[in-house]
Amino acid sequence: MARFVLRRILLALPALLGLVVLTFVLSRVIPGDPAATLAGDAATPAQIAEIRAQYGLDRPIWEQAIVHLRQVLTGDFGRSVFSGRPVVEEIAFRLPATLELTFAALLISTVLGVGLGLVAALDHNGPVDHLVRLLSVGGLAIASFWLAIMLQLVFSMELDWLPLRGRIDPTLGAPPDITGFLLLDTLLAGRLDLFWSALRHLVMPAVTLALPGLATIARFTRSGVLEALQKDYVLYARAAGYGRFRLAAIYVLRNAITVTVTQIGLLFGALISGAVAVEAVFDWPGLGTYAVQAILSSDYKALLAVTLVVGVVYAVVNVMVDVAQALIDPRVAEEMS
Amino acid sequence: MSAALARLLRDPVSALGLGIVLFAVVVAFFAPYLAPYPEDAYESHLLQRLRPPSAEFPFGTDNLGRDILSRVILGTRNALVVAVSVVVAAMAIGIPVGLVAGWRDNWVSDVLMRLTDVFLAVPQLILALALGQLMRPGIETAMVALALTYWPFFARTVFAETRRLRGALFVDALAGIGARPTRILLLHVLPNALPAVLVRATIGMGFTILTAAILGFLGVGAAPPSPDWGLAVAEARQHLPEAWWFPTFPGLAILLLVLGFNLLGDGLRDAADPRLRRSRR
Repeated sequence: MARFVLRRILLALPALLGLVVLTFVLSRVIPGDPAATLAGDAATPAQIAEIRAQYGLDRPIWEQAIVHLRQVLTGDFGRSVFSGRPVVEEIAFRLPATLELTFAALLISTVLGVGLGLVAALDHNGPVDHLVRLLSVGGLAIASFWLAIMLQLVFSMELDWLPLRGRIDPTLGAPPDITGFLLLDTLLAGRLDLFWSALRHLVMPAVTLALPGLATIARFTRSGVLEALQKDYVLYARAAGYGRFRLAAIYVLRNAITVTVTQIGLLFGALISGAVAVEAVFDWPGLGTYAVQAILSSDYKALLAVTLVVGVVYAVVNVMVDVAQALIDPRVAEEMS
Repeated sequence: MSAALARLLRDPVSALGLGIVLFAVVVAFFAPYLAPYPEDAYESHLLQRLRPPSAEFPFGTDNLGRDILSRVILGTRNALVVAVSVVVAAMAIGIPVGLVAGWRDNWVSDVLMRLTDVFLAVPQLILALALGQLMRPGIETAMVALALTYWPFFARTVFAETRRLRGALFVDALAGIGARPTRILLLHVLPNALPAVLVRATIGMGFTILTAAILGFLGVGAAPPSPDWGLAVAEARQHLPEAWWFPTFPGLAILLLVLGFNLLGDGLRDAADPRLRRSRR
């Protein structure tokens, strides 16, 4: 197993290294003159030359590439043009917010998705099945930013059940900062009032973000269960007198779930993408709002760093998914090594 | 092919998807004639701002007094043009890459597929944002960025199909009678890979419409006064909760069109690959 994990990690490295090279090449090739782009339209030639020297853009391209690689490997992304603070600090502050949101969404979509998929398969071609199918098709077609606004309109503005935006109620005082995960930190500090506020703030963003994933997982679980139900050993267990739900829980779900776990890995990318729009609507102080802010203020160092950090997180999640898959189904590990 | 089409139309859900897509194409094509106030693409009427839906304005009016129904209709053309351009451009990059990489096992093939992995190492929207920022923000930039992030999916698909087909008997026979690799790839392998490419392209249309809408919403895609759906939802945010109709209808338009492409894509996948139909029963 350890060898499998190591091998899987080594396989992810070239793509990440490639990403560093790609972002470097693109940031040098596409804008024509990055110094002029950074300086803005009103800059004088002297200002452009100053920026060029400041960013090391007057050095030979291979030297720039080596400097860039060394900076990335040591986590030195420079200072944000927008705020003047080190980009790494800002990302470290915002990453937990995005991860908290994505994990919450992942939890909702997995639990509900597997549940709905299973129920739909057991009610094959029945009313529940059709309902789940409709939900799973619709969930993938809905624009997350639009759903977010519609939920805000109904549940915050009209009904006033849930907070409109933000991560926690600022009038309750500053939340404790231990891990950056608010739900965890407020519990560790024993502040139930803050925990409740954070949880209420998390509901709408997490549900919005979860819907496409829920749809995908429900769909794959459904077809996985339907396929597993056709297998001989299930037929045998049925003949032996196992009840429907016991059968589903013991024999079918575990065999159907490997497909679902693969989907979770693929989904994570969609979740991170979705988080950009969802965070923008709910003013969630995560990487997504940071990326949008970086774009609107032409903060290319910040955006480059976000891209790379997301790439690393994405790679880590995919390694974890492969390992989880190998734990559930040992045949996967054999196939890969 | 016609048998596959017949199979597709027998499935009511796929037929619905095809219906929605065809409807959208017709609307996009005749948009200036169908829209009740086609001049509202650019003109504003400040005296009739934020009117609720009525017989005169079925979807209401927006913050500049423009008829939302007209703008939704005019926006259909934008959405489809963006999606088709992006998917075609992505195919133009991805298909050759997949064919070349799939045909031989040499360093070229390795380099091409590793490059594909690199582009897949970051979620599409993040990459599109990064690319979009490096160029000047705008709808053209958004389209280039989306095409540059979507081609790897075509490369993967065509690569898998080429790998599967290159050992086929008919390919050996063609090579035996002296056909050149380019001829075999373009005239024999590619047509066999087309169903898989078509499925990819249909799903890619839905995906592109959604992503382009997100870019428009975030302010890095279409720019005002373009009747873009995502942009309209973003403009509507300041006028909530009073003007509920303002974000509702453009959002529903996105939902309907993406739904159409997704349903059609699912149907095409099943029709193209009968093995998969089992799981849909």
